[in-house]
Amino acid sequence: MRNRPLAKPDESLASLRVERRQNLLRLVATGEWNIGQAPRLDALLRKIDFGDVREAEIDANGITDVDSVGAWLLLRSKRELEAAGVKVRNFSFPQQYQPLITVMEEEHDAPPVKHAPHPVGLVYFLERVGRGTMHALAQGYEMLGFLGRVTIETIEAILAPRRELPVPAFVRQIDETGVTALPIVGLLAFLIGVVLAYQGADQLRRFGAEIFTVDLLGVGFLRELGGLVTAIIVAGRSGSAFTATIGTMRVNEEVDAMETMGLNIPEILVIPRVLGLVIALPLLTFFADVVGLVGGAVMCYFDLGITVPEFLRELQQAITIKTLLVGLIKAPVFAFIIALVGCFEGLKVERNAESVGKLTTRSVVEAIFLIIAFDAGFSIFFSILGI
Amino acid sequence: MTNAAHPGDVAIRIRGLVNAFNGKVIHDHLDLDVMRGEVLGVVGGSGTGKSVLLRSIIGLNHPVSGSINVLGVETADVTAEDLKGLQLRWGVLFQGGALFSSQTVAQNIQVPLRRYTHMSQELMDEIAAMKLSLVGLPEDAAGKYPSELSGGMVKRAGLARALALDPELLFLDEPTSGLDPISANQFDELVRSLQQSLGLTVFMVTHDIDSLRAITDRIAVLVNKKIKVGTIQTLVHDSDPWIHEYFSGARGRAALAQS
Repeated sequence: MRNRPLAKPDESLASLRVERRQNLLRLVATGEWNIGQAPRLDALLRKIDFGDVREAEIDANGITDVDSVGAWLLLRSKRELEAAGVKVRNFSFPQQYQPLITVMEEEHDAPPVKHAPHPVGLVYFLERVGRGTMHALAQGYEMLGFLGRVTIETIEAILAPRRELPVPAFVRQIDETGVTALPIVGLLAFLIGVVLAYQGADQLRRFGAEIFTVDLLGVGFLRELGGLVTAIIVAGRSGSAFTATIGTMRVNEEVDAMETMGLNIPEILVIPRVLGLVIALPLLTFFADVVGLVGGAVMCYFDLGITVPEFLRELQQAITIKTLLVGLIKAPVFAFIIALVGCFEGLKVERNAESVGKLTTRSVVEAIFLIIAFDAGFSIFFSILGI
Repeated sequence: MTNAAHPGDVAIRIRGLVNAFNGKVIHDHLDLDVMRGEVLGVVGGSGTGKSVLLRSIIGLNHPVSGSINVLGVETADVTAEDLKGLQLRWGVLFQGGALFSSQTVAQNIQVPLRRYTHMSQELMDEIAAMKLSLVGLPEDAAGKYPSELSGGMVKRAGLARALALDPELLFLDEPTSGLDPISANQFDELVRSLQQSLGLTVFMVTHDIDSLRAITDRIAVLVNKKIKVGTIQTLVHDSDPWIHEYFSGARGRAALAQS
């Protein structure tokens, strides 16, 4: 009975004796020829020099246990000897191991498995860059196609009388992406308001211009930070959820089922998410703007002694309605990007769980990249317009 | 190797096993003995807890009460050390193959070898090739990733990995589900021939009545939260309506007619 299949390699458990008489090589195996002893036995067998051996005998009558690894070692020795032109005139082992050795002898005649080498070098590097570039281009092209399809479907859904908007799904999306995001967006906006006020006050105090901390807060938050922070949080929170949900539906073949029933997939899966987020994100951004200013006001009071009425008076001078609108106008665009990328990647999921994770990550990275790129674009655009 | 010397030995002894989920009792004081060197088929309707039974034995599910003794080790109060020793002595083929998707088939087979032995890479590569040919996979399957394999090949690769450490006990969870009848037959024959040549004890959960006929020595039927053990010949005449229906329904009769 084999109770210690993985006993540490130990000379007392299994041994190999090599005897030479002129041209005769005799291998005598005794003990437990199993996986635990295999590393040592393997090393011993590999060291044998066939030299001028003509004939060989493998005597394994003394083994007390053998498993497939042990049997392979015996069989390999026999085959190597034969391959070297040695006549193996005797290969014997206890009778009860016959079935195993027969199976091994009949079934197994394959060379060791080969592993693909790890590619290195300049050529591989260039190849990777090339592949990456082509992939990015193809991805952009496909996404453009998806954008077109979703745009047309959305317009049709809104205009065409025969189709109706999936209102319940759409309202649920506003709830899931907007209402439930309020606490986290609020908390982070508040903290960023605090940090911005604190850092701004530190710098401006040197010039005796503490009061302009309020201007910094007002313009910085309303124009840029509020929208950007909210969009990035929502991309991480809802964009990933879109990809994961739709991706899981792809794995379950739910999307295929819809297709075969003649259902319009963008209408069911994409449009409610796009429209829901386009409505929810500007509202969230406004909320973040307000909470961020509150955070800044709190910090201004404690750090600089600016009271709330003072804060509000200064804020009123610093910003106009335009400042707020410039920030808010970007939110629907960001929302569209997040929802579009999230759904696009979700629909690209293959039928395995692994690709859900891969594409979810990719969806968040792409959405955040596009948000920041578009934000930069907006900045340039507004400065040209002189807003 | 082991079965010949100790024909009457018990490999798995289950006594008074109780499993319940959310107040719903799945197993109610269930007893079962699996003999060394036999192939035991476990059948039962949907929701009768076939997989739960298997998962309880291999320690993935902790029963409410009862004792499970595997190869002489009580699994209820086993130390981490003993459990590891036990895990080296069994191999499990999960229903979906459960191959590690980030590794090639050869690397999958070498995971336990790398973890538990100190073999040279050369020997591990030879052993991977040997295990692959034992389970009837072609040489070029070694370098493939699980996603590139067909369903039948995934099962074979999973079996090769389960056999990597030459276990004494082999657990199979629905090994032929999802295979076409020809592949299923080949898989049955493969399990049978490996079981005989490697001297394995096989615990097989299955739905496939052809598999039961082809390779099992005894059959355990999960019914009424307990288990009934017998051979096909005795179970056909069982008084329980489910068992009767199972073995004498159209599929059962067709399978039995061939035996």
